[in-house]
Parts: sequence; C-alpha cells; structure tokens
Amino acid sequence: MDIEQHLPILQVIVPLLFAPLIVLLQPRGLAWMATVAVCGLSFAIAVNLAMLVHGGQVLEYNLGGWQPPFGIALRVDALSALLLLIVTGAATVAALGCRESFNQQIEAHRQPLFFAAWLLLLAGLVGMVATADAFNIFVFMEISSLAGYILIAGGPDRRALLAVFKYLIMGTIGATFYLIGVGMVYMMTGTLNLDDMSRLIPGIADKTPIVFAAAFITIGLCLKAAMFPLHVWLPNAYTHAPHGVTVFMAACGTKVAIYVLVRFSFMVFQKGDLHHGLEFSMFLMPLGLLSIVVASAVAMFEGRLKRMLAFSSVAQMGYIFLGVSLLTNAGLTASFTHMFNHALAKGALFLSVACLSMRFWDLRIDQLAGAAKTMPLTCAAFLVGGLSLIGVPGTAGFISKWLLIQALMAEGELGLLMVGIVLISSLMAVVYIWRTIEVLYFKQPLKDPAATVVLAEAPILMLSVTLVTAFANILFGLLPDLPISLAAMAADILAGADQ
Amino acid sequence: MSVADLTGYFNHVVFAILLMLGFYAVIAKGNLIKKLVGLSIFQSAVFLMYISMNKVDGGTAPILQKNVVDQIYSNPLPQVLILTAIVVGVATLSLGLAIVVRIHERYGSIEERELLDAD
Repeated sequence: MDIEQHLPILQVIVPLLFAPLIVLLQPRGLAWMATVAVCGLSFAIAVNLAMLVHGGQVLEYNLGGWQPPFGIALRVDALSALLLLIVTGAATVAALGCRESFNQQIEAHRQPLFFAAWLLLLAGLVGMVATADAFNIFVFMEISSLAGYILIAGGPDRRALLAVFKYLIMGTIGATFYLIGVGMVYMMTGTLNLDDMSRLIPGIADKTPIVFAAAFITIGLCLKAAMFPLHVWLPNAYTHAPHGVTVFMAACGTKVAIYVLVRFSFMVFQKGDLHHGLEFSMFLMPLGLLSIVVASAVAMFEGRLKRMLAFSSVAQMGYIFLGVSLLTNAGLTASFTHMFNHALAKGALFLSVACLSMRFWDLRIDQLAGAAKTMPLTCAAFLVGGLSLIGVPGTAGFISKWLLIQALMAEGELGLLMVGIVLISSLMAVVYIWRTIEVLYFKQPLKDPAATVVLAEAPILMLSVTLVTAFANILFGLLPDLPISLAAMAADILAGADQ
Repeated sequence: MSVADLTGYFNHVVFAILLMLGFYAVIAKGNLIKKLVGLSIFQSAVFLMYISMNKVDGGTAPILQKNVVDQIYSNPLPQVLILTAIVVGVATLSLGLAIVVRIHERYGSIEERELLDAD
C-alpha cells in the first residue's frame, strides 16, 4: 500500500486522533513534548504534500472509497498545500518556541487539556483546508473555533474571558451565516461537494437563492476573517490570549477563513453567471482598503504592544482582501504569497513578544524602554520581523508587497490610487514599528523594572526558535521561489475555474 | 404575495422571524446569559430551515420495502446534516455558558455594562 495516497487524510486525522491521548499525559512536560511531536509530524506531512503538489499533482482522497458526489472527498491542490504549510508550520513553531511561556501562563495540571485543545485547533484548521465538502468545512470550522475559544481563555488574564465571549458570539454568528448559505446552495443544487457545485451551478434556472447564499457566505466568512468593520473581536482576543496562542492564531487563524471564501467565490459563485465576480470585488475592495488604512492608523496610536500588532494584522488582512478582489492572476498570486509571508513576519514578531514577556510583566510599549540592552537578540528578531512587516527589500514582506503593487499597477488609474494607499499604509507601518524600535533600543531603562525579575535574555529554546523564524523572513525574502510558485499555481487553478 | 403563498412558505417565514428574534437578542440584551439564549434561538432557526427543505409532498421515510413501488421519499440528508449542526450548537452553548460562569467568578457580574466598566 502506498503511503503517499493517504497523506491527505493523515494530515487531518493525525492531530485529531492524538488530541484525546494528550489529555492522559499528566506528568509535567510530557503533554508539551507530545504536542510538539504531533505538530512536527503534521508539518512533515504538509511538506510532503506541498512537494507532490509542486510536482504538478492534485491529490484527491475519497473517504471510505465512496465516489465524491455521494461520499466526502478530500482534495489538496496548490492553494490548499500552501495553506497547510502555513497552518502546520505555525502550530509547530508556536508550540516549540513557547514552552517557557506556557509554563509561566498555564498551570501544570491544566496543560494536558490546553494542548489537547491546541491539537483540535490544528485539526480543525487543516480540515477546513483539506476538505472538498461544503458542510465538512462548517464542521471543521466549528471544531477549530471552539478549540480556539478554549485556548484564548486559557491564560491568567481575566480580560481574555470578555474578549473570548465576544469572539464566541461573533464567530458563531459567522459560522451560522455560512451554514445558511450552504443550505441555500444545497437546496438549489442538491450537492455539497464543491467541484460538483461548480459543475451544476451554471444550469440553475432561478438564481435568486444563490445570490442570497453568496451574501450569507461572504459575510459569514468575512466575520471569521476579521475584515473591517467585522474585526472588533480580533484585537482584544489576540491581546489577552496566552502569548503562545497569539503566535499560532495570528499566523494562520484568519487566513483559513479567507481561503474558504476565495474557494467558494471562485469555484462556485463566479461560475454561476451572476456578475458575482464584479459584486465580490466591489464589496471586498473598498472594505479591504478601509481595513488597511483604519487599522494601520489605530495601530500607530495604540499603547499596548500586542494590541498594536493585532491591529496591524487586521491591516495585513486588508492587503490580502485587496489582492483577491482584483480577480486577476497577479492579484491572487500576490495575496497568496502575502498569506505565507505575513505568517512569517507576524510569527517572528509575536514570538519575540513572547520572549519579552518572560522578562517584562507589563507589555505596554513605554514599559519596555531599553529592552535591547538586556535582550539584544530578542530585539533583533523583533526588528527583522518589523522590517518584513513594513516590506523592506531583502525581507519576505517586500516580495508580496512588490507583487501586490505590480498587480495594482496593471489596473490602470484606479490601481495607481490603490498603490498610493498601499504605500501610505506602509509608511504608517514604519511609524508604528519604529515607535517600538525606538523605545526598545534608544530609551534608558526605567528605574525600577520590577526588581524581582532577572533582566537577561529569554530562555534559550524560545530565543532560538524566535531567531530561526526571523531568519526565515530573510531567507524567503532572498529565495522566494517556493511560496511564489505555489501561489502562482493556485492562482492558475482559480482563475482557470473563473473562465 | 397571497395568503396561500404565505402558508406554503410557513416554515420559511417562521425561520426568518426566529432568526431575526435571536439576532436581536444577541445584539440588544446586556445580560450575557440572555445573549446566549438569543444565539441559541438564532441557530435553531437554521435547523428549522434545513429540516423544512427536505420535505417532499406526500413523501415518506426513505426505507425500501418489499411490494412497495412508486413510493415518494423525502430526502434524509439535510436531517443528518442538521443533527451534526445541533451537536455543534450544543457544544457552543455549553462552552459559552462555561465562559459566563468563569466571568462571574472573576468579575462578580454578568451584565455587559458593568463588565465594560470593570477594566
């Protein structure tokens, strides 16, 4: 039996099966080790899948041997492979790199439960990406959301409870909207398989329910993806979550929702001869631009480090929405590359925040004065991540911003205006990153920086993972072939489905 | 739209009303438990939509029997789907209630206005 053909299902069930086993691992540290091992295994599977897909294959897997319109199918093409890499990579890096932070924030006896939720979140996210069945996406979406709520509320910060309650309400409304939309499409087509839908939808006589379904699904998924003005759950959830959870969720949580939205829009609705493409871009483009401008502006004036980076995440989602809304091959490629590169940049930034939190109790920016004197390597990692976020040449962030600007240039005068907005928001990013760098590097340390804490570098494991992630930002800035070629293949698949 | 249309779409009208009732409660109520009740009504409305759509006039449960031909069957799939969604709804509700309990432990209140003033 060939293991290769079973990789898609292994990707989903490995974390799902290990989650209940982790609960049993009570001895200290064991649950963490098992989690890192399972995440690492998932990452290895994702790398394998990416290699196969990169070689030109599309992997299909029929569960139980039932043929797709009747059975549930998994499907991994270039776009899903890229997302799988991001999700499993973020889970592995965050689990490996935040051990001391977990020990500091989560009581030892609750850690096995915490890590079980961690694996369930991973399983839900990879399930959403790997499946080709609309209802299955809903189920995995709810698995990942429920696990995510548990993780965010798992820390010692009581404000996380309020943040997670808001997230639960908004997330459930989003998922229910998605469910309504899927129900309407099912009423009209009688199928839940995405490929089957895209085949059947052009032949439907009465398109009104499909239009409503498109509206429900788009709004529901935009809620999940935290698009302005539906982003209000995100900043507080990211700010008050345990630091390791922020690393994981900031790198991949919202991107998976965008993935599902893009899949649905391009594979199903745009095939339906409804002017859906035009509506899609007229809806997403202004809101994407507003996300970019408003969230960047808020980030410039935000005093808390994690909250500032969370608003920056909303702005970066705006870039991804903007690229997708162009509906062109170049725009899609830019967006997908930016998903990968933003995960790298935000991963490095939030990891260095986790490192800083080991030595500074208070993560307001002005409390971190002079941190570079005692934690030079952590601050260097923050600097590299920040440069990548801004899009300085030589870092990963530059590549995707460059692709996005090129894609916008091809749109004529309106495109030039949008290029202007992208450049202005990049300058805003310079402002808010520089503000932090200035405090870290050039301010004198405060007189009494919580005298009980040893002022030294972060623990060696956290520090090395942070530095490796920061280094990856430079590596993929100089050798961007892998993400770009996967993104280009993905764009070809979707734009091909468009025609 | 005539009265006959309204009765024909009775389930869907109820679906829309319930959906908006639940949604209103989620937005307008300040008590966290009431918000969750609203959320539950909101989700239940969607269950009703799914359960209504599979009904075929004169259709019966899809069980094959000897000597019965030309029988019309209702579609069982939406009911199976919504069974899953009900489980998801129960899980969401119980997690939400657990969070409310924790909020009450840490803040001593479950009224939104008091909670916003607390931090």
